[in-house]
Amino acid sequence: MFGLNKQDTTLLIIVAILALFAPFILNPFPEGSALAQFNAGYPDLMQRFVIFGIFAIGFNILFGLTGYLSFGHAAFLGVGSYAAIWMMKLLTMNVIPAIIISVIVAGLISFLVGWISLRRSGIYFSILTLAFAMMMYQLAYSDLFGQLFGGVLTGGETGLQPKVSDPRILDAALAEGATPKAHLFGLEMGASHKMNVGAWSFTFNAGYYIAAFAMLAAFYMSIRIFRSPFGMMLRSVKSNQHRLNYTGLNPKPYTLAAFVISGMYAGLAGGLLVAMDTQVGAERMFWTASGEVVIMTILGGAGTLIGPVLGSGLLKYMENILSKINKSVLESWFSFMPDGMSDFFIAITNLFVGKQWHITTGVIFMLVIIFVPGGLVELGKRIGARLSRKKEPNNTDGSAKPEPAE
Amino acid sequence: MTKTNMSRRGVLKSGAVAGAGLAVPTIFTAQSAAAYTNEPTGSTVTLGFNVPQSGPYADEGADELRAYELAVEHINGGGDGGMLSTFSSKALDGTGILGKKVEYVTGDTQTKSDAARASAKSMIEKDGAVMITGGSSSGVAVAVQALCQEAGVIFMAGLTHSNDTTGKDKRANGFRHFFNSYMSGAALAPILANNYGKDRKAYHLTADYNWGYTTEEAVRTSTEAMGWETVAAVKTPLTQTDFSSYIAPVLQSGADVLVLNHYGGNMVNSLTNAVQFGLREKQVNGHNFEIIVPLFSRLMARGAGANIKGIFGSANWHWSLQDEGSQAFVRSFGTKYGFPPSQAAHTCYVQTLLYADACQRAGTFNPCGVSAALEDFEFDGLGNGKTLYRGSDHQCFKDVLVVKGKENPTSEFDLLEIVEITPRGQVEYDASIFGGNLGACNGGA
Repeated sequence: MFGLNKQDTTLLIIVAILALFAPFILNPFPEGSALAQFNAGYPDLMQRFVIFGIFAIGFNILFGLTGYLSFGHAAFLGVGSYAAIWMMKLLTMNVIPAIIISVIVAGLISFLVGWISLRRSGIYFSILTLAFAMMMYQLAYSDLFGQLFGGVLTGGETGLQPKVSDPRILDAALAEGATPKAHLFGLEMGASHKMNVGAWSFTFNAGYYIAAFAMLAAFYMSIRIFRSPFGMMLRSVKSNQHRLNYTGLNPKPYTLAAFVISGMYAGLAGGLLVAMDTQVGAERMFWTASGEVVIMTILGGAGTLIGPVLGSGLLKYMENILSKINKSVLESWFSFMPDGMSDFFIAITNLFVGKQWHITTGVIFMLVIIFVPGGLVELGKRIGARLSRKKEPNNTDGSAKPEPAE
Repeated sequence: MTKTNMSRRGVLKSGAVAGAGLAVPTIFTAQSAAAYTNEPTGSTVTLGFNVPQSGPYADEGADELRAYELAVEHINGGGDGGMLSTFSSKALDGTGILGKKVEYVTGDTQTKSDAARASAKSMIEKDGAVMITGGSSSGVAVAVQALCQEAGVIFMAGLTHSNDTTGKDKRANGFRHFFNSYMSGAALAPILANNYGKDRKAYHLTADYNWGYTTEEAVRTSTEAMGWETVAAVKTPLTQTDFSSYIAPVLQSGADVLVLNHYGGNMVNSLTNAVQFGLREKQVNGHNFEIIVPLFSRLMARGAGANIKGIFGSANWHWSLQDEGSQAFVRSFGTKYGFPPSQAAHTCYVQTLLYADACQRAGTFNPCGVSAALEDFEFDGLGNGKTLYRGSDHQCFKDVLVVKGKENPTSEFDLLEIVEITPRGQVEYDASIFGGNLGACNGGA
């Protein structure tokens, strides 16, 4: 389907189904139960899952295929966000122009940065991208350009938000007392439908489905790039750039194209972030944000199709769910134990949740790097292989050996 | 080899399914049966405490969280009741708010507006919080305040000192008890004139972000009004840890006062550098060289150690205040945690009580009702004397403390002494001077 081979089609369909039913899948525990703490099926987090999924998919096109480790991708995300919010301030609160312009602007900036940074490879390339990203972060944080021209470009520390007083030349005037809200032809991003089934409560959010649709499109694009001759060239850059040079090919246009494409993915993610939550702060360009996407990609499996999506999901889940488990929540969990014992368990568990969620992330990251360097995808493959090996004896009698239906 | 054979029928079928899937989102409408966002229906009401638990302001965040827990305890009738007994409004009776027991959720803002908004959103969307409070930087406060306005819940700002929070970025659903840069400047200027004279030349070092700018401007305007001259104002990067290169030019500039518009770790480092350069022993223009820190906090004072002795600054509140309300708060905080509260803890505690009291008086959790109950509300007994929640910008007006680093501290908490309590009338200003538009209250739904 859509020019994909069978395996990739299956993967795309699985991802589509997961995205479509995410509100159910992510809310497995009944409302009000002790385990409801672990539910992730609320609009904001679901949106973050797919948006950072897009970011990581794009990063993987550069890092997974060419091996160039960019440490400044958050800058493109931030640039996309700023472009999107300006569209919302000047043109319309409709998300379409905002998203389109965010991709274009991020593409232009990443072209400039890539043009310069790609003169070097390896660690020098990483440092150059990091330097550019931090430069852009500082420019945004102190709003240097805004100050230079006597206006506001990035809003500095307080960032930018749509205001009632913005021009918005395409929109009709807001009703008295109304706040500007992002929408898609009238469908508000924040609009949700709550479905109660027994003790469970599922939320279907319009913004999430729009972001999920963008993620599916981005995922499809990435599969096509992976399977194309262009993708093959990128892989050859990763495996041996010198040999590529000796064969008379110039790798620069390929790597630059990959860099710009992944920058545009980051811009798309940035534009969607603004569409879902209409504000931008300079922090999203800080180098830790760039590091985060590297961690997502490696955690999930660099160079694999689905890996980055899984990695970003895991990281965002931990950031948003683990960090909210505080001591009083732990006390309610362990309240069934005798006093001394519950104190002990609370003290131990408390080390890994709440504000210490970074520790848990770090431990998981280390375990993955040490034991399954291929990330979650490799972990899944290993488990799958072990399971299917166990099943094999059933097939030796020839009764139910699956054959491809050729 | 695998090869997909797609029949025409198959393609049509999958197309129809995909189309139906895409159409799903369009059937949603902005529905809600409730009268306002997260209307509490059970026997409890949930508040969201969104504070920095990691990052540069984690100390403040931890102290804020302690204060929130204490406030919840008191509202639910536990502990010794703290300031409930001294608060001029007696609406709260120790049975929660409107008969509902108060529960809370916490989150980590990481001192980043993105993370703070994500955390606040999850409190609103997942945990059903009806009020969000916290923050210890103005960027975060402004970002979360705007979010609460959109979502239709009340935001009670914690420690945020920039003029913008209730100035150009004010929102109808947001309220601030803490004072701001303007008030710091207005309170400090007369004290400085009395102590250091009116013919001074000031040199500003300003943290290169929003709060730094508004503070510099406030101090500049108010000191220039009484005759001081501003020699230069230099911006320093927020991430700077060594300020030597910024201190050296101060000596050559002919200035005899250095104003450090820095907060937190920035201030600790810049002040330490300035003292190491021997600025305070210098004589310039026939005056002793002086250093001023417009916004002081106990946590900063502890970081700077002996260097803060004799340095003037302003504060919102200090635990050594002798009024009944402050004493009651310090007592119950000290009993529970073993040390006196910081000004961040105080403002967060007070904000929670004010919110609870406003709900009680309004008889609803509806943001519009609560907002109306808070606007132009005049109260006393919460540690700052008679205080007004001004309706036109949702800023509290109360006395401002001018403090000085203590010469002979008796403990690690006893670092600041109160020089003067500047009366409210002296720090008031017109609500329109910072621009901005409050808009209308939003109850969601």
